Amino acid sequence: MIPAQFSYQRASSVDEALELAASGGEDAKFLAGGHSLLPLMKMRLAVPEILIDIGRLSDLSYVRDDGSHIAVGALTSHDDVARCTLLADELPLLAHAAAQVGDPQVRHRGTIGGSLAHADPAADLPAVAVALDATLVTRGPSGSREIAAGDFFLGLFETVLEPGELLTEIRIPKPEASGWSFQKFTKRAIDWAIVGVAVQGGSVALVNMGQTPVRASAVERALASGAGPREAAAHAAEGADPSDDLNGSRAYREHLARVLVARALEESLSRS
Amino acid sequence: MKVTVTVNGSEVAAEVADRTLLVHFLRDVAGLTATNVGCDTSSCGACTVLLDGRSVKSCTVLAAQADGRDVVTVEGLASGPDEMHPVQRAFRAEHGLQCGFCTPGMVMATVSLLAENPSPTEDEVRSALEGNLCRCTGYHNIVRAVLAAAGDGKTAAQ
Repeated sequence: MIPAQFSYQRASSVDEALELAASGGEDAKFLAGGHSLLPLMKMRLAVPEILIDIGRLSDLSYVRDDGSHIAVGALTSHDDVARCTLLADELPLLAHAAAQVGDPQVRHRGTIGGSLAHADPAADLPAVAVALDATLVTRGPSGSREIAAGDFFLGLFETVLEPGELLTEIRIPKPEASGWSFQKFTKRAIDWAIVGVAVQGGSVALVNMGQTPVRASAVERALASGAGPREAAAHAAEGADPSDDLNGSRAYREHLARVLVARALEESLSRS
Repeated sequence: MKVTVTVNGSEVAAEVADRTLLVHFLRDVAGLTATNVGCDTSSCGACTVLLDGRSVKSCTVLAAQADGRDVVTVEGLASGPDEMHPVQRAFRAEHGLQCGFCTPGMVMATVSLLAENPSPTEDEVRSALEGNLCRCTGYHNIVRAVLAAAGDGKTAAQ
């Protein structure tokens, strides 16, 4: 299986990547690690005419303590995120979740920015970014933007990113509440989550319970009004719109969401 | 486009289509056919090679992405024709293979694991091989082989 024909262009700076993207228009896609995009291209589900390789922009691979928040460069690999001691101390939810993405080979190539910009509803990190109230920093033809993770995802593989706009940094406030948990349910080790949940303090977001990561607002409200983990988790599927597919029916996903949220809230409580 | 990759220490340069995958570059251009194409969907790990020292699935990397970089395949592990790399030796000693199709990928994933974690526990070995499937289900012996290779490495380092 090989992708349809495309023209490969390599950027040696963010400015060059933006120039190439501007001249490529809607036919161009950025290529980071390629571990989500290339499989789709091989199945001809994605057929970009131009691939702009940003994989060598090493100045977008970093983790930095900026005082009130941690800044993670968009091209930081899952493996680097998972092994970062600063993140293990300050944002253990992110470091732990990154270590659960795919398998070691995927984590060597895949990047945090790629995972967010790709916006697969079954991906782990979009829900983590929502639970952590991350801000996504972009650069594009009309300048720089800062977008709340909760506003970033529009639908299946769809975000608010404009053509030619590049996600460059993920800014995550240092959490006030220390408890956290990440749970996902898969049939086999490397599968995408059938359902997953990310918890940081009283903030709860779900993986694969809709076309975008879903904030479990009813659970958050119940927690805020003093409900315990199991009582709050009973609300996990409220407002979610999970799909019915080969991996599970809608009712099964709703059940999994309630079970996993209860587990996650209990684990989070034990860490707070 | 012109792609130049250092494969097992030697430069391999060729004009290839932009959409050429690294695994096809290795098999068809470099003539190194030990790296297998298995599932072709980044699931099975049969095509695992080292790119700048870290394991990757070469069916999901463009040859262009490896341009100017260093690739090691299973053919590049042994120091000579009559030698075996410690990981290869351990797979043979522990019978860590049946049909052998997954073996080049298993061996390369193991080399990458032991470079990152020279003394893995059994649980760590099983997690580290999550991205490599064996359809003969010979996993127990494969895990034993990895643990033996790690032990071998420790003995060698002492």
